[in-house]
Amino acid sequence: MSNWFMLNLIGNDQSGIVAQVTNALYKGGCHLGETSMMRLGGNFTMMMMTSLDGTETDLEKIVKPVAEKLELHVHIDSIEGRLHQHVEPNVRVTVFGADRAGIVAQVTGVLSESGMNILDLESDVGGTEDKPIYIMYMEGLAEDGIEALRTALEALRTEGIDVDVEEIETLIG
Amino acid sequence: MPLLEILKYPDERLKQISNEVVVFDDVLRSFITDLEEAMRAGPGGVGIAAPQVARFERIVIVDVSGKPKIKHNGCMILVNPEITEWEGYKIGREGCMSVPDYTGNVMRAEKIKLEALDEHGIKREFECEGYEARAVQHEIDHLDGLLFLDRLVSRKKDLFRRKVYKK
Ligand SMILES: [Zn+2]
Repeated sequence: MSNWFMLNLIGNDQSGIVAQVTNALYKGGCHLGETSMMRLGGNFTMMMMTSLDGTETDLEKIVKPVAEKLELHVHIDSIEGRLHQHVEPNVRVTVFGADRAGIVAQVTGVLSESGMNILDLESDVGGTEDKPIYIMYMEGLAEDGIEALRTALEALRTEGIDVDVEEIETLIG
Repeated sequence: MPLLEILKYPDERLKQISNEVVVFDDVLRSFITDLEEAMRAGPGGVGIAAPQVARFERIVIVDVSGKPKIKHNGCMILVNPEITEWEGYKIGREGCMSVPDYTGNVMRAEKIKLEALDEHGIKREFECEGYEARAVQHEIDHLDGLLFLDRLVSRKKDLFRRKVYKK
């Protein structure tokens, strides 16, 4: 019987991480579902829905050799699979401005109060070391409509944060 | 007539290039009626191409008139369509009846002009923009064996490219 796990691996970025880890999983009889793998700063992070005909301990055994070799931290949680249940976003919000403490909390707080359920968020720090800028990209479901979000975010502009709200009208053809 | 079945990726037939229509008869018109029915039965239902129902001829239907607040040409029946002019670019999200449970961002021309024949073989010209132009380009791609999966762009590219093209 096949079980789903959320497998998290984090460590210093180095060439070949993805190939080595996924190869070990494949050879151990694991299947991958939805995953997110990316470099954050100098670290490489992998979050993988992994299914296996076995237990958490079995998965640990499969991952251990490669994780030790690459010096990756491993964390495993048992989860429900729930593939093929994508929720379609209807709004895309991009936010950017001079980086300062609390910008993410402030923006997401406003979005949450005005009915946005965030499905996906990626943020980055650009600019220079003395003048960093913060860039946030989100997709979500605006449960009270797009206009409610626009109005709520308008207040942030006066604080020097640039906000762009765009409706996502998915075309199925 | 039962509803035409939609081919689903990875069916290799979706990669086939469709042939020009040369005969405009009742058989063709009857097929177009069935094709429209299959389009309307699908989720979204704003466009369909003949190869999606395993008929490899250059026929598409696009009808975005059900969407509020957008420019449209009503129900367009496009036989042997040719896009003659492209203008501007925009990223938008697409899915496909032939690719269930996945959507992604695709770059398309914002405005297009096209020529096509109607179901009687009479030449027609259209100008489309925005959502309708996107639908037409998505469907014509099917005639050339292309899916939106062949044109996916990442979200990060979206963020930066969009600014470049913004007027
Ligand atoms: Zn399609």
